[in-house]
Amino acid sequence: MSAALLIDFGSTYTKLRAVDLGARRILATAQGPSTVTSDITIGLDLALAALAAKLGHLPTFAHRLASSSAAGGLRMVTIGLVKELTAEAARQAALGAGAKLVGAFAYRLTAADIGSIETLAPDIILLAGGTDGGNAEVVRHNGKRLAASGLQCPIIVACNRDVAEEVVEGLTSAAKNAVLTRNVMPAFGVLEIAPAREAIREVFIARIVHAKGIDRAAAQVDAVLMPTPAAVMEGARLLSEGTERHSGLGDLLVVDIGGATTDVHSVAVGAPRRDGVVQYGLPEPFVKRTVEGDLGMRHNARAIVQAASSSAFAVRAGLTEAELEAMLDAIEDNVERLPTSPHEVALDEALAWTAVRIAVGRHAGTSEIVQTVQGPVTMQRGKDLSGVTTVIGTGGPLAHGATPASVLKAALADATDPFSLRPVRPALYIDADYLLYAGGLLSAIDPDAAFEIARASLRPLEEREADEPRSQIA
Amino acid sequence: MTESSTALCAQGAAINKTLITGVIGSDTHIVGNRILSIALEKAGFKVIALGALTPAADFVKAAIETAADAILVSSLYGLGELDCRGFREQCIEAGLDDILLYVGGNLVVGKRSWEETERTFLGMGFDRAFPPGTRTDAVVDALNRDFAARSAPTPSA
Repeated sequence: MSAALLIDFGSTYTKLRAVDLGARRILATAQGPSTVTSDITIGLDLALAALAAKLGHLPTFAHRLASSSAAGGLRMVTIGLVKELTAEAARQAALGAGAKLVGAFAYRLTAADIGSIETLAPDIILLAGGTDGGNAEVVRHNGKRLAASGLQCPIIVACNRDVAEEVVEGLTSAAKNAVLTRNVMPAFGVLEIAPAREAIREVFIARIVHAKGIDRAAAQVDAVLMPTPAAVMEGARLLSEGTERHSGLGDLLVVDIGGATTDVHSVAVGAPRRDGVVQYGLPEPFVKRTVEGDLGMRHNARAIVQAASSSAFAVRAGLTEAELEAMLDAIEDNVERLPTSPHEVALDEALAWTAVRIAVGRHAGTSEIVQTVQGPVTMQRGKDLSGVTTVIGTGGPLAHGATPASVLKAALADATDPFSLRPVRPALYIDADYLLYAGGLLSAIDPDAAFEIARASLRPLEEREADEPRSQIA
Repeated sequence: MTESSTALCAQGAAINKTLITGVIGSDTHIVGNRILSIALEKAGFKVIALGALTPAADFVKAAIETAADAILVSSLYGLGELDCRGFREQCIEAGLDDILLYVGGNLVVGKRSWEETERTFLGMGFDRAFPPGTRTDAVVDALNRDFAARSAPTPSA
């Protein structure tokens, strides 16, 4: 038997998935606490002991691969020139690399901006600005500001190529760790984020893993390959595109609800689906990730309620506003609290539904009808996801919730918001064993096995289940 | 300066010059603008074509990011005066104080003379305005001359 161990060093748990590569099946899952703040190996040993208890003994693993979102995840700051252009391209590159974006800056950095970045203390800074042959002066200025700052983190330079080397030299001579990569926007309106994403991943492996103390587990792990959100993205891409042997699922959307954020990934071109629709704004990446930092089931429960208006939310959850208020206080007191009473279950489902609704709305493109002298013209901004055929839910609230189908249906198009280009009639699945990240990690080693194992973990949500209200919020 | 040396100087002006083109406002007439963009590229300019239905702010943002030397605004549906209001001010606000601004097309509706229309647009801060029926050569020629004039040393220097 050729076995592989896939590890997710999370912020709360150390999660393990053991798979049999030959038989293309999952052997067992186990988890331990996250102990990155003291010694990451303690949590890993506890998780491995739990895995051994389930399997009788630990098999010899041919591969031991890990992803990490521990110690705050990969915290990044991005800097660009125009907010909607290179600054946005830099943001997309960081999100695509699985980073947690803690700050995004545009135009000339001021002394106060440098102060903010120093306070944010990011793990990596991505510096963009100017198309190739375009504006050189602003990124030169920003490079000098960073060189003169007290920042010690690696700085990845992905700007106008005319000045990129000069900027890197300026940073290096100020004893900063600067890495040169290709421009995130080499020509106007052309997004080329793959090289920057790769540079981020390399810096993550070479430096961040050590800086965060994750490499203490080096004896038990072959490689920490990427931040966990990047592994989930890789898993989504694998399921969508398939392998040489397996045809993929086509255009798909993944919704990942967590305690602190809700992530949405889409794998789709998202071009206009009707003739005569004018595409507007920057093109978006084929594999696109958005992170909603204000939509988390535990750390931001109150923000979810506020985003939906609390009275409407109370009605959806079947609670009075006073009850809702008391329960939100209880969650804030203990963010690790799991629902026990029917009221708490209803609240969690309403939180999950609302988080999905808002997060997918922000991720999906929109259409707008503009009146012109020649008659109405439809303009599309962002991706048209109406043709997406697969929607996958992952994360605790979906995998363990009582009514995942009704929660996941919040991702779909509906008549109340006709200009939001959400999926219309996709098949709905739950990533039941939390295998997307594992599939993403494994795809580098054995894509066929990774595809089959991740595909088998998708549990279809029956239409019947979706239509049957099982709680007060359905 | 002889005629041939002027031509040579004008030709050289196109090298490394970046132009932004587009049709401003809720205007879908793209054909003329596309022909102009092709002609400008052929003349040696680097052209960033924003296409139809382009808001004024997008011209400015594209010009900042690409360090453009000129913005050429087309308007064919008669609402150009409304759409171009404050265009120069937006450029100044964005630090593009000296960028060359051209406008052309069916700029106004009604029976206004071209001279009056031209005055209106020059008054709004455009460096040149072009009436309907302008040949692309005339635009290339104007650009070459304006760039050459800008790169020529000033008499006081």
